[in-house]
Amino acid sequence: MSENLKIIEIEVLRYHPESDREPHLEVYKVPFTDDMSVLQGAQYIKDNFDGSLTFRWSCRMAICGSCGMMINGIPKLSCETFLRDYHPNRIRIEALAHFPIEKDLVVDLSGFIEKLESIQPYIIPKEPRSLEQGEYLQSPQQFNDYIQFTSCINCTLCYAACPQFGLNPDFIGPAAIALLHRYNMDSRDGAAEERMELVASEEGVFNCSAVGYCSVVCPKHVDPANAVNINKTNAAKDYFLRFLSPKGGSK
Amino acid sequence: MEIFKADVVIVGGGGAGLRAAIAVAESDPSLKIALVSKVYPMRSHTVAAEGGAAGVKKPTDSFEYHFHDTVGGGDWLCEQDVVEYFVRQAPIELTQLEHWGCPWSRTEDGHVNVRAFGGMKIERTWFAADKSGFHILHTLFQTSIKYPSIKRFDEHFCVDLVEEDGRCQGVVAIEMSTGEFSLIEAKSVIIATGGAGRVFRESTLGGIVTGDGMALAYRHGVALRDMEFVQYHPTCMPVTGLLFTEACRGEGGYLVNKDGYRYLQDYGLGPLQDKPKNKYMELGPRDRLSQAFFFEQQKGRTIEHPTLGSVVHLDLRHLGEAYLRERLPLIYEMAETFMGIDPAKEPIPVRPGVHYTMGGIKTDGQCAASLKGLYAIGECSSVGIHGANRLGSNSLTELLVFGKVAGVEAARNAKTAAPGNSANLLKQAQAVEQRVMALKTKSSGTERISVIRKEMAQTMEDGCGIYRVEKTMQATCDKLAELRERFKNINIDDKSSVWNTDWLTAIELDYQLDVAMAMAHSAINRKESRGAHQRLDGFEQRDDVNFLKHSEAYYVAGSAPRIALGDVKITTSQPAARVYGAAGEKADQERKASHV
Repeated sequence: MSENLKIIEIEVLRYHPESDREPHLEVYKVPFTDDMSVLQGAQYIKDNFDGSLTFRWSCRMAICGSCGMMINGIPKLSCETFLRDYHPNRIRIEALAHFPIEKDLVVDLSGFIEKLESIQPYIIPKEPRSLEQGEYLQSPQQFNDYIQFTSCINCTLCYAACPQFGLNPDFIGPAAIALLHRYNMDSRDGAAEERMELVASEEGVFNCSAVGYCSVVCPKHVDPANAVNINKTNAAKDYFLRFLSPKGGSK
Repeated sequence: MEIFKADVVIVGGGGAGLRAAIAVAESDPSLKIALVSKVYPMRSHTVAAEGGAAGVKKPTDSFEYHFHDTVGGGDWLCEQDVVEYFVRQAPIELTQLEHWGCPWSRTEDGHVNVRAFGGMKIERTWFAADKSGFHILHTLFQTSIKYPSIKRFDEHFCVDLVEEDGRCQGVVAIEMSTGEFSLIEAKSVIIATGGAGRVFRESTLGGIVTGDGMALAYRHGVALRDMEFVQYHPTCMPVTGLLFTEACRGEGGYLVNKDGYRYLQDYGLGPLQDKPKNKYMELGPRDRLSQAFFFEQQKGRTIEHPTLGSVVHLDLRHLGEAYLRERLPLIYEMAETFMGIDPAKEPIPVRPGVHYTMGGIKTDGQCAASLKGLYAIGECSSVGIHGANRLGSNSLTELLVFGKVAGVEAARNAKTAAPGNSANLLKQAQAVEQRVMALKTKSSGTERISVIRKEMAQTMEDGCGIYRVEKTMQATCDKLAELRERFKNINIDDKSSVWNTDWLTAIELDYQLDVAMAMAHSAINRKESRGAHQRLDGFEQRDDVNFLKHSEAYYVAGSAPRIALGDVKITTSQPAARVYGAAGEKADQERKASHV
């Protein structure tokens, strides 16, 4: 950091459940350089003005998924959003929308984690294979079928963007459906049908109203909206097949 | 206080901790496992590893080659029997991960692909584009969900171990969302908390990499081994320290100085190669490359950037955008987002940054520490495979190989060991709670956490950098002693219970100061140059007579650590000159000839 520090006003939504009745905004004047992220702005406040400001962060390189927040109303990773792009205007940071606030910028993610756990996010082998037999083979086509959906960093920006999740917190939501789709599309996996029950359930894909904002805010280009869409079609097909077959679809 | 009774408790939910948890669950599904992590497991810093994981794959490769690369790369400070085990298990564990769904990059014919990496004679680094750690971590986390016996304590912060009759019998943790303390009793305790590089200023590491588990074991009398060996990764983003993977060079990237000259040819890594050639030039080991940067800077041949300081250029332009997007997509995005650089069009300014702690909690080859019932794995441990310099892509494999070993061993121990006396353990835990609460509730402090942290990081950078001399190392030791004193007068702004990160950061700083002292005192005691520990004050050479030894730092309350020296296990590789490039190839041939 050198001379010529500019000052930006950062407005932070503060909430301490033990002392505040409701969330309120506080403004801090933060000196910054052009390479400083919004996360570094928050760190500056914590280090220099108020150690009680609370937020999650770790890697600083947009891969750990910890530091999502609403930045001027848009869900973003604060580590890869830069103060220079807002200066000279004031910037407002708030906890991710649609989640209960635990303290300041920290939200309760337990519901999201339960959703991740519910979709059986692991390979249930189509054909068992011993380690001595070596790796499963996957053609470039088979690999490309699922690789995009492996890139989710669980940052939950897509939940903060999803109006339907805002209305119905039980909706399993974009990231969990994208991950479900990732396993269903993996040639090593044989449990797609089991997972389809959840896809078609009350918490499943038909909650989605096809706004597509989840894919817009996704920092890793996972395109969860596409995963949801494909699964709407799959679920409809599945339903149709079940209807036709007395044994219950293609089982 | 909440009490949870487990058979095995694992502290740390990164790659090593998750692999261990799965190993315990598979060993015996009736064992209760508690997995404690201060972040949700998928946030752990394994996530940021980029390049890949080493394991013999090609028919032209062999375990012997991987062994010799590792032992030579570690400047002969490795436990050779442990390395032998490691290289044999590596491909099995990497295949296991494939079966669990890890999206390793593949060849056209559908097999897992491997790439070149620094200090490795043959391509043997399994990779998932340049997000290998991310994919390994998520694969392990998601797979762990399959096992009902793994109970996770996410966002729980470990503050101490409890022990009884010389056995470790559990841990005390704070639930971060409430500030409540829990005692987790267990017959086996595995520490898997990762490294400690955040004691330095410019590092590739996430904020959570604060050496917690190292400090915990250390305070309970377990040695921290080889702590002076801190790896500087040669290609980091200036100022922030963010990492540009070694795979940039494995895929063919060049390092050039201000004259556009590939300077590594001047540092025993030549002659110049057009195409990446294993163990030559940019594919030399990390310690040598970071050291070369230091000398380029001394000679005035680095580029002086107005805001970034002294840098050299990582040039990827000749690889072309399409190839870069396929093989190094994260690097591409980082260069664009954080530096406004298109790496297909411009070279990337880089400099060395702290990346890895070779040393750690001393264990035997089965991951057992000297305190019975305690195990350590991954970067927080020193099982003995990295020696004085880790080769890139050995550590991700280490998480898997030794995560499994520790899980199996901890399960075996849990089935035979007697449970502790719960009343006694609770009493200990309550004392821990009182002590940790006192840090928060005292009101007279005047020192700011961030100030002490910055001074610690600066003095570590000054005294324990790429090159070291007695005088500045002593200044660092003195400064750390001063900071230890000043820490007693720390002020914590936040007095609340819910999500009190101000308080937790202070506890982390307390850990960091202990670990930093172990590093600095181990460093000043090693009067030779070996691997990542290089001196410029009359000890420029390796000294096998006096220092083919591990350093062992023992905690002494209220004082500097006691440093002892421990033996190194040599099996088949006698210490020799550590050479790369053409000289390395010649030495290889001579070694082979002498074996015939």
